[in-house]
Amino acid sequence: MKTVNEDALQKNYITAAYGIRSWLLTRDHKRIALLYLISITLFFFIGGFFAVLMRLELMTPQGDLVSAETYNRLFTMHGVAMIFFFLVPSIPAVLGNFLLPMMLGARDLAFPRLNLLSWYLYMVGGAYTLYAMVTGGIDTGWTFYTPYSTGYSTTNVVPVVVGIFILGFSSILTGLNFIVTTHKMRAPGLTWFRLPLFVWSQYATSVIILLATPVLAITLALLGVERIFRVGIFDPALGGDPILFQHMFWFYSHPAVYIMVLPSMGVVSELVTCFARRRIFGYRFMAFAVMAIAVLGFLVWGHHMFVSGQSVYAGMAFSALSFFVAIPSAIKVFNWTATLHKGRIEFRTPVLYAFGFIGLFTIGGLTGLFLATLAVNVHLTDTYFVVAHFHYIMVGGAVMGYLGGIHYWWPKMTGRMYHEGWAKFSALILFVGFNLTFFPQFILGYLGMPRRYYIYPEEFQVLNVLSTAGASILGLGYIIPMIYLLWSLRKPRTAGPNPWNAVGLEWLTPSPPPTHNFDKTPVVTEEPYAYEEKSAHGG
Amino acid sequence: MWDFPLLPEAASSTAAEVDALFWILIGVASVFGGIITAGLVYFNIRYRKNSKASRAGAVSEHLPLELLWSIVPLVISAGIFGWGAKLYFDMHVPPENAREVYVVGKQWMWKIQHPQGNREINELHVPVGVPIKLVMTSQDVIHSFFVPAFRIKQDVLPGRYTTTWFEATKPGEYHLFCAEYCGTSHASMKGRVVVMKQEEFERWLAGNRQEESMTASGDQLFRQFGCVTCHSQTSQERGPSLHGLFGSTVRLADGSTVTADERYIRESILNPGAALVAGYKPLMPTYAGQMSQEQLFQIIEYVKSLGGPQIAGERRNP
Repeated sequence: MKTVNEDALQKNYITAAYGIRSWLLTRDHKRIALLYLISITLFFFIGGFFAVLMRLELMTPQGDLVSAETYNRLFTMHGVAMIFFFLVPSIPAVLGNFLLPMMLGARDLAFPRLNLLSWYLYMVGGAYTLYAMVTGGIDTGWTFYTPYSTGYSTTNVVPVVVGIFILGFSSILTGLNFIVTTHKMRAPGLTWFRLPLFVWSQYATSVIILLATPVLAITLALLGVERIFRVGIFDPALGGDPILFQHMFWFYSHPAVYIMVLPSMGVVSELVTCFARRRIFGYRFMAFAVMAIAVLGFLVWGHHMFVSGQSVYAGMAFSALSFFVAIPSAIKVFNWTATLHKGRIEFRTPVLYAFGFIGLFTIGGLTGLFLATLAVNVHLTDTYFVVAHFHYIMVGGAVMGYLGGIHYWWPKMTGRMYHEGWAKFSALILFVGFNLTFFPQFILGYLGMPRRYYIYPEEFQVLNVLSTAGASILGLGYIIPMIYLLWSLRKPRTAGPNPWNAVGLEWLTPSPPPTHNFDKTPVVTEEPYAYEEKSAHGG
Repeated sequence: MWDFPLLPEAASSTAAEVDALFWILIGVASVFGGIITAGLVYFNIRYRKNSKASRAGAVSEHLPLELLWSIVPLVISAGIFGWGAKLYFDMHVPPENAREVYVVGKQWMWKIQHPQGNREINELHVPVGVPIKLVMTSQDVIHSFFVPAFRIKQDVLPGRYTTTWFEATKPGEYHLFCAEYCGTSHASMKGRVVVMKQEEFERWLAGNRQEESMTASGDQLFRQFGCVTCHSQTSQERGPSLHGLFGSTVRLADGSTVTADERYIRESILNPGAALVAGYKPLMPTYAGQMSQEQLFQIIEYVKSLGGPQIAGERRNP
């Protein structure tokens, strides 16, 4: 036994080669996942830093910490860093990269070199955007609405847009890679309806990325052309149409919300089944719901524009379609809950994050109904209600799922277990801090506080102070995991191949896995989530 | 600072209905959120790892349940959609008798013009109980006219007119915000809407008149820019007469028809070739860049004073 263990230790993907070159030129999907993990964490803390400054400014109704110019840059760069450089890549580029080939029983993605190129494109786009941020920043809002962005802002609009343009190709290549891998590299016996829901969600996300991101690239390119060459595309003073920009921008940016949240739904399905020791409830409904969300997500962009001046009838169509998206989302939440029925639920850290996701995503989804309701949207749009709503989806949902996944697969990625007590504590802190930060913003929004205001009428102060207090707790909830996860790297690799006693091909490999993942291509003979059978056999 | 509201004041004729819909949504959200929370809590306690509850007969597929939790939300959604859409439609169609007020947004102020000649900045005085229609445009970037107490919000765009309307129900002062981010001082682009009793408002109108009525100013501009040479009743071979134009249906050279509203008149002044009236040559030069947004509104108000289609009918058939 001893020799086997030593063998495994020597040959895992981390110790397979040494030196910076072996990382920067790697084609191993697991190493590239780690490169992404480090890069997006950096952007998460940059974006978080901007958020901290904003929340501090908003503690008082006056502008006493930062000027209007600075505040406008803060919320713009917070959005750019968090959405484009953290949330969009987060689960696909880190967990998807690491796990997709392993869940399929493959040695790597279909195009390993393309995968490395994706990371380099991310880094070039990221470095360029960072450069633009430190040399003056940008103040257009992450939505870059014209004609402000093309004709009026005096900040670094073009450099930031170029950075995002480059980053877009990183997304597109990753999406392409995932789609081809899922189609062509499944292990023998791994039929579509035996795929883990994590794979379904990555697949659906990749389809969205592949179809929507080029539209963003075109939109940003046109924005750059108008800003530099004064060609009239969006600015009415030059003969353009500003609403055209909004249509094009949201044609990407609404589906982008699903790029951020669908992967988390995949993670949650893995976590709930593993810790409830249950087969997922309604597997096919869950798989089809993900695909339905991906398709419907392309048809609702106009719900961002109910007061923009678009036609009343267009508004009605977009409102109706937005309500349709609620159905597959409801199906998912009900099925997760039903999965717990007659389970044997063990309260470990990852599943706490999954429960956090379900709770917060439910609130985010239900408040989405408010915003889909036309007459109510008129009052709520561009207020803090919207800010609260999308943070419930994108932070409460997507980030909770991401952290749950990181905690679940951390032993697989590193071979180490983290401190369970600290981990549970910080999951709790995160949940409390999140709600305290963002729930008051729903009320602020209904009261009528517009977003992107650095000063505000005095009657809004109490709720803003609550929100800032919550943000300080929330911040702690992000810093504690950083510490204990890094600390765990000092411990010996004792996690074992399958610390959670989970099903799924990735758990058949040692932790950390060897570079080639599987010594022998696995053959799949059963459906996913066969936990009951596993328990029955005393596994 | 501890005295803070949880709901905004409701001071317009549509606010109560928007609030009612909002409360319905809160009810729906509470029921669904409650079901999910109850399910999570109950299952987590009852089926925790070491509990002795029976696990016999566990199922992982249940079509009737799946259909139940798909169809029930669908039906509820359809109901909410319908109500929301109906109200949204009403909020877009001002009553016939609405008084008009003209709004120009610019970085970073609201400029208001009353037809009677009163002008305001970052303030809008209106009478209570009278529907007010706002005709709005921007002279630079996109802004958004937002009065939380009235539950109305409408983006204000450069290069086109947008409209919204409200009927204030309570005298008082209410916040006016710009809700669409418009650059550095976006957060300072705010003001107040002052709702007054009708007789007070009339007194205010009479007492704060800086200039002659918009119709009179428009008439003057009509002569000053030379519009009158082609668009008078005696020069019909060069340009169509504007008497009876406003609100009428105009037949264009390309065979299509268009309603002569504010947007149409604005476009005909700035880009005359875009919608040429049937039977006329494209002789008119553009006035783009020569008139301010306020002056355009004055000319429109003048054209309105020349009467609508019914008056035209009376004149044509004496």
